[in-house]
Amino acid sequence: MTITPVTIAFAVLAIFTLGGGLGVVSSRNMVHAALYLVLALFGVAGLYVLLEAPFLAAIQVLVYMGAIAVLITITIMVTRRIMGITESVNRQWPLAAGIAALVAVTLGFVVLGLFNGLLPVADVPPDNIEQLGAAFVSHQAYLLPFEVASVLLLAAMIGAIVVARD
Amino acid sequence: MSDFTIFLIDATVKSVIIIITLLTGFAYATLLERRFIALIQQRIGPNRAGPFGLLQPVADGIKLFFKEDIVPLQADKVIFTLAPAITAVPALIVLAVVPLGGEVNLFGYKTTLGLANINVGVLYILAVTSISVYGIVLAGWSSANKYAMLGGLRSSAQMISYELAMGLSILAPVMLTGSMNLQDIINAQKDVWFIFIQPIAGIIFIITMLAETNRTPFDLPEAEQELTAGYHTEYSGMKFAGFFMAEYIKMIAVSAIAASLFFGGYRLFGLENLLGGWMGPFILGAKVIAGLMFMIWLRATLPRIRYDHLMAFGWKVLLPLSLANAVVTAVLLALGMFPAFA
Repeated sequence: MTITPVTIAFAVLAIFTLGGGLGVVSSRNMVHAALYLVLALFGVAGLYVLLEAPFLAAIQVLVYMGAIAVLITITIMVTRRIMGITESVNRQWPLAAGIAALVAVTLGFVVLGLFNGLLPVADVPPDNIEQLGAAFVSHQAYLLPFEVASVLLLAAMIGAIVVARD
Repeated sequence: MSDFTIFLIDATVKSVIIIITLLTGFAYATLLERRFIALIQQRIGPNRAGPFGLLQPVADGIKLFFKEDIVPLQADKVIFTLAPAITAVPALIVLAVVPLGGEVNLFGYKTTLGLANINVGVLYILAVTSISVYGIVLAGWSSANKYAMLGGLRSSAQMISYELAMGLSILAPVMLTGSMNLQDIINAQKDVWFIFIQPIAGIIFIITMLAETNRTPFDLPEAEQELTAGYHTEYSGMKFAGFFMAEYIKMIAVSAIAASLFFGGYRLFGLENLLGGWMGPFILGAKVIAGLMFMIWLRATLPRIRYDHLMAFGWKVLLPLSLANAVVTAVLLALGMFPAFA
């Protein structure tokens, strides 16, 4: 394996992602854990850039770092009881460990089966936003999942309004 | 030299020039603000340091540099130190996708004025503005001060609320050109600016851009009367200067983005082709200065909006209006009743 700028960038981003993930589970301070999560999400966005998928990278930053992680951070900050917790594990840890092990085994199985050295970047046109948009509304492609996700988001929104009105 | 080396040198030189320009711009934007507000309020403003007070920013910098750097005892020290940097970085990098001019020839080396001409430029801008809220929230939280915390939370709520309307208003130029590339959007405005074709989207963008930069009348995060100074209450010295810098650089950046999306960017009746294409950055600069003057003028004129009014305005007026504007534009475009600029 030769060392190219891409492999160096990949190594840095992988350290961000995995180190961030490690930080999330090992921090005792919840706000720090949330920030490590942001770091991990940023690493994933960088990996999308390396895969020549700038659209996904921008969406990753916009949705995960800019919306979901902000929500998590603020929720933690305004909840004093969570801030007071100093144990790093709770009673549900065996269940979580089991699920994590299952995911790791499944993913490892899939990835190791595919791994024959470095795979080339998938052959897609760089300017594929139009294709993506068309695929979302084409009944041959992702129309049904797209609509189902929309209904789910709408339901969540209505739920939030109902909770806020009480 | 290999292509990669040339690309690396090209990108590094451009980045350094952009960052130095922004830092200088920040220093003189503070002076512009003080002098211009003084003019509006019939005062004189700082005019002692150097001719017309031109050395005032230098004096301010030296003063801030020698101030005591105070960290509150209860503060989360790491995050408290990181917060000003986290605030400043998005402000500095957002201009990377804004084209500053056309192609120029520099001693036989052809290059485009502007750092990155990417196809998802508009999304990049939205993504970077969406993470700029972190610095403020973290500053407020890590100070271990109720007022700072409230300021940080207010600011995040405000930015998240106004981001939606901002995204929907940016949709108008994207739909008209059928591209998220800022260069395409600027080229499409060769004859007529989008502010004249999409006035509602343009005005909504300008309002949300004031909210995103926490400028008057949306400067609630730092409402002095209720929150002392908001999220940066506990900051002093160069850390405070970091927040100050981020605010002014954000003003410059959003002015440049507004100019590119709705006011023709670096183009002005073909004048940008003068001087072998080097005129472009100066035209954009003039538009940015106009944007800064507009924001300063608003600060000198308008009072601050009350917090509940601010939220109601964002959710009940700007969001439905921008949504309706996006839907109407989409329908008109689909029916072919709107001029397409692709």
